[in-house]
Order: sequence, then C-alpha cells, then structure tokens
Amino acid sequence: MKKLCLIFISILFLNHSAFAVVKIDITRGNLEPLPTAISKFYIDKPSKFSPELKALELDKKISEVISNNLKRSGLFSIIDPESYIQSPRIAHAKPTFQDWALIKAQIMVSGKLVIDEKKRLRVEFRLWDVVNAKEIEGLALFATPNSWRRIAHIISDKIYERMTGELGYFDTRIIYVAESGPKDQRIKKLAIMDQDGANNKYLTLGNELVLTPRFNPASQMVTYMSYFKNLPRVYLLNIETGMQELVGDFPGMTFAPRFSPDGTKIIMSFAKDGNSDIYSMDIKSRVVEQLTSHPSIDTSPSYSSDGSQITFNSDRSGTQQIYVMKSDGSKVKRISFGQGLYGTPVWSPRGDLIAFTKIYRGKFYIGVMRSDGTGERLLTENYYQEAPSWSPNGRVLIFYRESRTKKSKTGFSTSSSLWSIDLTGYNERKIKTLTDASDPAWSGLLSK
Amino acid sequence: MYKSVSLSVFLHLAFVLLTVLTLPFVKKEPITAQQLIAIDIIQISEKTQLPFAPKAREIIEKIKKEKKKERVVTKQAPPKITPKEKPDTVPLPDQLKLKKKEEKKKKQNPKEVKELIRQSSEFEKKELFDPNKIAALIDKSKEETADIKKKQSLELTQNQDSSVTLNKGITLSQQDAIKAQIYKCWNIPLGLPFDQNLLVRIKLKLKEDGSILSSEVLDHRRMNQPGQAYYKVLAESALRAVKLCDPLKMPTTGYDKWKDLQLNFDAKEMLRG
Repeated sequence: MKKLCLIFISILFLNHSAFAVVKIDITRGNLEPLPTAISKFYIDKPSKFSPELKALELDKKISEVISNNLKRSGLFSIIDPESYIQSPRIAHAKPTFQDWALIKAQIMVSGKLVIDEKKRLRVEFRLWDVVNAKEIEGLALFATPNSWRRIAHIISDKIYERMTGELGYFDTRIIYVAESGPKDQRIKKLAIMDQDGANNKYLTLGNELVLTPRFNPASQMVTYMSYFKNLPRVYLLNIETGMQELVGDFPGMTFAPRFSPDGTKIIMSFAKDGNSDIYSMDIKSRVVEQLTSHPSIDTSPSYSSDGSQITFNSDRSGTQQIYVMKSDGSKVKRISFGQGLYGTPVWSPRGDLIAFTKIYRGKFYIGVMRSDGTGERLLTENYYQEAPSWSPNGRVLIFYRESRTKKSKTGFSTSSSLWSIDLTGYNERKIKTLTDASDPAWSGLLSK
Repeated sequence: MYKSVSLSVFLHLAFVLLTVLTLPFVKKEPITAQQLIAIDIIQISEKTQLPFAPKAREIIEKIKKEKKKERVVTKQAPPKITPKEKPDTVPLPDQLKLKKKEEKKKKQNPKEVKELIRQSSEFEKKELFDPNKIAALIDKSKEETADIKKKQSLELTQNQDSSVTLNKGITLSQQDAIKAQIYKCWNIPLGLPFDQNLLVRIKLKLKEDGSILSSEVLDHRRMNQPGQAYYKVLAESALRAVKLCDPLKMPTTGYDKWKDLQLNFDAKEMLRG
C-alpha cells in the first residue's frame, strides 16, 4: 500500500515538473490614472464656412472639453499638450507612436473637423493604443456647429467606454436647486446644466421654494416639490415646453417624488395628520396607489433599477432606518442595522447598490450598501452633506454639502455646493455652479 | 429509579460534552485538506534551494575563508597586546620560551575551530577543514586536500545534474524580481468592478536577453465576445504592461526554465483597496 502511495506521489511530481510553465501571479500594479495624450483636433479641407469654424476655435475647444471630462473622471491623467511633438494632422492620419511613447502616453486621442456645404459639422476622432501601436476606436459624428459641446461629451463617453468597459456619463445633465440671498429670505430656483457645469439655465423664477427635483428616465421631464401658493406639493415639469402641472389631487402635503425606471409612475410621500406614507401614481391614468400604511414617517422612496422593489426610509423601529419592499408594498424588510441614522436611500442604476446619507455622532456620511444591507461602505464624511444621486453608469455619486463660511451676528452663514465622489471613495470633486446649489439629480445618458 | 435518572443525566452530560469537544474537530477538517496544498509549497522551496547550491556554495566558501582569515588575525592580535602588559621587570629567558609556546598554542588552537565547524553543515565541514590543514602546512594534508577537492567537484556536477532534471522552475526571488518589473509597468484600469472575478492569463515567449518574442492572451476569444467588455479592458491593459516592460530583466542562467512564462493578471485585490 505504501509503495503504491509512493508511486502515485512520484508520478504526480514527475508530471508537474515535466509540463510546468512558470506561472506568475500579477496582483499589484499602478493605481495611477492612465497617462493620456489628447492631440488638438484640426480643421480639414477649407470650405466656404471654414473661416467661421476657425473663428469659433472649435478645434481647440473640443479637445479641451474632452480633456476636462476625462480628467474629472479620475481615471485618466492628461499629459500637458505643450509636450506633444507631432502635429495634429499627422497624429490623426498616421501617428509615430515612438513620439507619444516618449512623453509616456499610453493612449492618444486625435481628431479632425470638417464643415460641409450645408454647414453641418462633421467631427471624426480616433483613439490610439500607443503602447501596442494600433487604433482601438474610431468614429465620425454629425451635428450643427452649435452643439459642439455635446459632440465633445459623446466622444468622451466613447473613450471612457472603450477604456473601462462601462458606459460613460459625460453626455448628461444635472438638475439642482440654485440658492441665493440671505438665510431668512432664501431664493430657490430650479436650474439645469451640463454635467461639467456649462449651459446653466434656470427653469423657475424663484417666486416659491422648490426642492428635490428628479429626472424621468428620458431626461425630458422633471418632478419636484414646490411651495406654490404656500402649499407644498409635487409637480411635473416638461423641460422642453416649460409646461408645469400638479401631480395628483392629494388633500395635504406631498413630497420626495421620484420616477419609476420605466417612467410611467411617480412615487412620493403624502403626509396627513403627522403621519406620512408612500404612494405611487400612474402618470397617464392618474390612478393612485397607497403602498405603505404605518403610523410612522415613511419617506424618500426610490425604485430599484428593474422596478420590482422600492427602498425608502422609515422611523417605525424608533430611529430612522432604510427599508426595502416589493413594488406593491408587500414584504417590508429593514436593511440598515449600523449605528446612527440612515436616510435618502437611492437605488443604483446597476441595481446592486443603494446609496444613502448616514448621520452618526453629529457627522454626515455618504455611503453605499448592497440591497440586502450587507457591505456598507462610507465614502465621505463632513459637517453637513446629503441627498446622493447616481451617475447613469452607477459609478459616481453627486450630492450637496453645506459648509460654514463666516461668523456673523446671526450665527454662522452657510453656503451649499455640489460635490461628486467615485464609488471607490476617491476622486472627490467640487462641481462649479454659478450660485449656491443643493439637491442635485443626475440625468440619464442623453444619447442612448 | 434514582440510579437510572442519575445515569441518564450523566450520560446526557457526557454526550453533550463529547459533541462540544468533537464538533470543533469536525469543523477543522478543511484545514487538513489545506495541508494537501502545502505539498506544492514544499516543492517550490526545493526549487528555490537547489539552484542556490552550486553558486551559493562557492560564495559561502569564499566568505568562510575570509572569515577564517579574519579570525586568524584576531587570534594573532592578543599577542600583540601582550607586550603592552609586559611588566617593568625583564622576564627570564625560560619564561619567554614558555610564553612563546603558549602563544603558539593559542594561534593554532584547533579545538576552537572545530567547535565552529560542528555548527555548520556536513559538506561545509570538508571545505572548512582544508584551509586549516593548508594553514598548518603539514605535508600529508596536501594529498587529503586534493582528495577533498576532487570530491567537491564531483558533488557539484551531481548537484547540477539533479537541478536540470528536478528544477523546472525559477526561484521565488527571481519570480519576485519579474513581478516587481511588471508591477511598475501595469496601469490597473481603475474603472473595473472590484467585485467580479476577472483573471487574464498571458503567455510569453522570451528571448535569451529577456526581450519578448511573442505575447498571447490565453482566452483570446473571450476578448471579442459581447458582454466581456471588462475582460477586454483588463486584457488590453495587461498587454500594454507586458509591452512596456519589454525587455524584461531575467536571470542570466537557466534560459530553459524561463523561456516560457505565464503571467496571471488579477486586479481584484488592488481595486478592492
């Protein structure tokens, strides 16, 4: 028996030594952003409109917008254009990869602009793998010269998608509440802008307070809460037409609205006699359905990405915690069990995570947990911050933060601003807005 | 009645105790299964030790020789100090002779050296013996040392032979050296999901100077399949890393062992942070 064992073991060893290729596990590497060169786009074939195009400086502007987008994602580091050796024309036609490798670029973006007889802008771009010396992406896009920004965002998305394997989030918009004026006479307007802060527009005049604006999946409609005629109610606004209407005929205060993922329903809280419950309303048929009926405060509802479940917060256990239920209101289950209070749960577009605000020992945290309540991770901590909203690819969260600025006679004056943070907890960035800003919501991708 | 009740209580307790004691052992079963994996680890350590022998032994020899020289120097040193201790009175010639004898004894002091040798391994003993004997300048020892040298050379060839047949890998430190090079070249795609199992295997063929003859993703088909975007991203980053590291700094010997390499790229640990 022993002999047999020995023979068996020796055979094992022999086999191993005879066919062994040395295998090395590479489990570590650079966590630095990818060194990227973005060659200036150039204007090709002079047509009768090309002097206009030159005057607009779109060649320079488009590459700048792409650079800024990629840089802000935290996944790319843009090499200073001053160090580029090759001319944009050669870089786009047939780049000499050694020149780009010399400045340590691993990928390179090149492009050209053409304007045709019908005054249409054609933007062509190529993405090059400098290290492996090959083109890995190439596309041509048509648009009117006015929408050059969107073209730059779409190109950024394509690059992001190609280099990360995920959809991008640059061709998106953010709706938020623009705030101005002193604390006791605060003016709050609905405002919309591109995700990079450009094209800022106000949607309301600021005559009444507005809160919690949310996009519908097509990013054409907004639902929000307004104190119109001093009655806090949920409204629906069409961004294109400017048409505004009241959602449902509730005998009291409605708030915290949000669309269902298919855009057919609005879910919100309705408060009556100090008790608030969650209701949904079908936008077309106006049929209202009560989903929770508990003597506690149930609010901040948010659908899961497939629409089958709803997460909300409730103080039915004595403290404010996060719960999950089926979309018909059955099978209510508490999922947050950590120390502190949990609020504003938002289901990720990917469906795997729920973002939330946590209040613990006087500090505010933005965090994420799985939809079963496990794997809680806190991403950022501050004096006051809340209301996270997901980027359409579920990788970045946008939220607002209040900071104390100056001490005056009436106490501290506060200013609020928009911030974004990566799901990894790194790459926290302030988003520039013209005024103070709060309650941001991210739209879906505009070009699907 | 009483007896039976007490018996049953006793037996129940015994049973509970037994289960409490044995259950943890039942749980520990997987650990014995892990020990089976340990066989692999032992084999690697063999590999790491083997190539150590021919070269390292020479180095050890040199170091030992040097050390011995140093030791001799230190042993010669005390007599130099002794003159300082000389008393004012001039010693008698007989006493001088005695002292000289003592010094000689101290210089050659073979017992101490032997103690040192006992601490070292068997074949090192032989090596350690001959310089002593040469130092002693005994005529007969020449023959002995010559024999020992022959034996040494025989041993070396045997070891080298065995290393060729047994050692089909490279040492752990050499592996670490390769890893360190790739680590520097690999920009992990930061956008990859950390909760997915993604492993990209790349097969390399190397030239003798460490430059890369060919690199190939082992699951190449997967790269262009729909829904495998993350895999493609990881595979491309791995290929860039390999290209950036070309040529690799490889060990100067044992080309046969490392001409084919397989690199397994796994970013999960890093992305989880």
